[in-house]
Amino acid sequence: MTEQIDKALAREYEAGFVSDVESETFEPGLDENVIRRISEMKGEPEWMLEWRLSAFREWLEMEEPEWALVDYPKIDFQSISYYSAPKSMKDKPKSLDEVDPELLRTYEKLGIPLIEQQMLAGIAVDAVFDSVSVVTTFREKLEEAGVIFCPISEAVHKYPDLVKKYIGSVVPKKDNYYAALNCAVFTDGSFVYIPKGIRCPMELSTYFRINEQNTGQFERTLIIADEGSHVSYLEGCTAPQRDENQLHAAVVELVAMDNAEIKYSTVQNWYPGDENGKGGIYNFVTKRGICHTNAKISWTQVETGSSVTWKYPSCILKGDNSVGEFYSVALTRGRQQADTGTKMIHIGKNTKSTIISKGISAGRSNNSYRGLVRMNPGAEGARNFTQCDSLLIGDQCGAHTFPYVESRNPSAIIEHEATTSKVSDEQMFLCRQRGLDPEKAVSMIVNGFCKEVFKELPMEFAVEAGKLLEISLEGSVG
Amino acid sequence: MSNTKSLLTIKDLHASVEEKQIIKGLDLDIKPGEVHAIMGPNGAGKSTLGYVLSGRDGYSVDSGSVTLDGEDLLEMETEDRARAGLFLAFQYPVEIPGVSNLEFLKASVDAQRQARGEDAITSADFLKEAKAACKQVNLPVAFLKRGVNEGFSGGEKKRNELMQMLLLKPKLCILDETDSGLDIDALQVVAEGVNSQRSADRSFIVVTHYQRLLDYIKPDFVHVLSDGKIVKSGDASLALELEAQGYAWLQKEPAEDELEG
Ligand SMILES: Nc1ncnc2c1ncn2[C@@H]1O[C@H](COP(=O)(O)OP(=O)(O)O)[C@@H](O)[C@H]1O
Ligand SMILES: [Mg+2]
Repeated sequence: MTEQIDKALAREYEAGFVSDVESETFEPGLDENVIRRISEMKGEPEWMLEWRLSAFREWLEMEEPEWALVDYPKIDFQSISYYSAPKSMKDKPKSLDEVDPELLRTYEKLGIPLIEQQMLAGIAVDAVFDSVSVVTTFREKLEEAGVIFCPISEAVHKYPDLVKKYIGSVVPKKDNYYAALNCAVFTDGSFVYIPKGIRCPMELSTYFRINEQNTGQFERTLIIADEGSHVSYLEGCTAPQRDENQLHAAVVELVAMDNAEIKYSTVQNWYPGDENGKGGIYNFVTKRGICHTNAKISWTQVETGSSVTWKYPSCILKGDNSVGEFYSVALTRGRQQADTGTKMIHIGKNTKSTIISKGISAGRSNNSYRGLVRMNPGAEGARNFTQCDSLLIGDQCGAHTFPYVESRNPSAIIEHEATTSKVSDEQMFLCRQRGLDPEKAVSMIVNGFCKEVFKELPMEFAVEAGKLLEISLEGSVG
Repeated sequence: MSNTKSLLTIKDLHASVEEKQIIKGLDLDIKPGEVHAIMGPNGAGKSTLGYVLSGRDGYSVDSGSVTLDGEDLLEMETEDRARAGLFLAFQYPVEIPGVSNLEFLKASVDAQRQARGEDAITSADFLKEAKAACKQVNLPVAFLKRGVNEGFSGGEKKRNELMQMLLLKPKLCILDETDSGLDIDALQVVAEGVNSQRSADRSFIVVTHYQRLLDYIKPDFVHVLSDGKIVKSGDASLALELEAQGYAWLQKEPAEDELEG
């Protein structure tokens, strides 16, 4: 079976096309001047620029982390362009009619029609193309409920108090190397504010698309759920197929006030590189949420793309009785490398966290789960349950589990379960004996393995995620 | 014998697993509608025969030929053999966690329909058939929702195999010790399942150790498989003889002095 897998690991990356739009792109290079120019392009107030510059100065002093189980050549930060935007976006189109049709076509091709009438009812989309947000749909409808959903670049102008108060409050500027870089050069992303007691009437989603060559994408998302509010948010990502690696270093901050709930789902399908590991996105992402009293944050991620993934969506369970969840499916094939997991920091009393991680490795890929569960001295009665399952397809791939547990409260309960299994010859034989072809067999077995995570995704996306796995596994058996 | 066309013809089959020859010159001819029982000691190669016929990876044919409906079976991929109507009920059914029985069965049925150029069965129709099949093999309908064989008892797994057979409606059913480990009630369920499916265009190979199954399923032929070969064939009465005497008398040629006593 292994031989067949190796032979057939080639597959089409369906989102690998390039859109023909004229862009305004900065020359590669990074210095204070570049940051000033980004800030100027966005017409930012002085405080935002100062914030960026101070992050940049911190970043210059920092070292690139090397502890993750991933291997890639050193990134030359001077060879990257830090800003690229379609020229047509320069005059800030006021409505969809004014948006370059080529941009709309791009999203349509990706299955995300931006014309409201054609969209899935009940889902509002912010479409980010390279360094700018192209369109945010259903804004009026959301505004009626008092919900703010807009590009973060716009929020800086319109809601400076909220942005000033919360940006960097969950992920500090010098939290880590890539986060600091993001603070200095972030271009766009989404901003969400759900007022007190409001249940957001629609699913919110952001769709990130990298198009331009040699540009990095540094998006920044900030979601604030005020007391007793509720929101479900989803992000999707794709990029063209290119031989060079591209850097994507995002920061996402979530704030769940007392009794609020945020559900954050990711379907990540950045270009993974080719069979030999050429090209693909470096996905170095910092995602973290803070839960106040009785609040709940739930991270669900389906990670199938990127050549290197470095990502640990985390929860700081500050308030008593707050709840953190992390549900993850990470699929690696070819030469993909993923080092992903979560951190659950229990500070408040009776805080609870659940971690379900499903790693699937095929080809010559490497897939690591890295997770930290920390029980602080004040976390009376806190509980964690962790389950880490690895599934191997073939015998040239690697699966690793790095659980870190720090308990400083004797009343805290931490449970950890881990399994490693293979798609067995017996299972494949059973499926084929019943008439299924090998590809269908593998995708069915893998889907079954991921079931506990998929059921956490919003319905429409669960189907999409299942399909994505199917496409990703196409040709993974001969 | 009659001149009806054979469903399955095996000629001088030699097959190996991991370089070790297990099937050592086996001949068998099965006509549509016939039920053949295969008996024989452990390790004789009964399961291996089922795997070789259904094309399991790692089981290689060294020489000989096998045709199903006149087609060269050995040239076909595993899934194509299934689509051509060959079904194997496993001696040790494997679990597929998280994949519901219903989903698995529908995908299997659809794959076979598609190969015949038919449309996928509607979910409603399939559910109806699946529920009926559950009832027939005496499995609660809730088993359709559970993962394939996940946490099933030995007997439930066997009945689940039978349910798959009922839904896939194969031409040639190979039942590999489907009766082993079953109590008498479950045994009757299996026997009834087989009997209800007997028809002029469906044949069975029933691998068993026990006469008691054959009391219910009256085979047309009984063969004894020993050391990779069929060493004796007969009608249903051969099974009774085996029950009384065991296999020892068939396994090796009696030595001269033994005969002389
Ligand atoms: N995968 C395998 N590798 C090596 N030997 C095997 C393998 N499978 C079966 N055998 C051997 O083949 C012989 C026949 O096995 P099997 O077909 O299971 O017998 P039966 O079903 O008649 O009890 C046994 O000696 C068994 O040890
Ligand atoms: Mg056997």
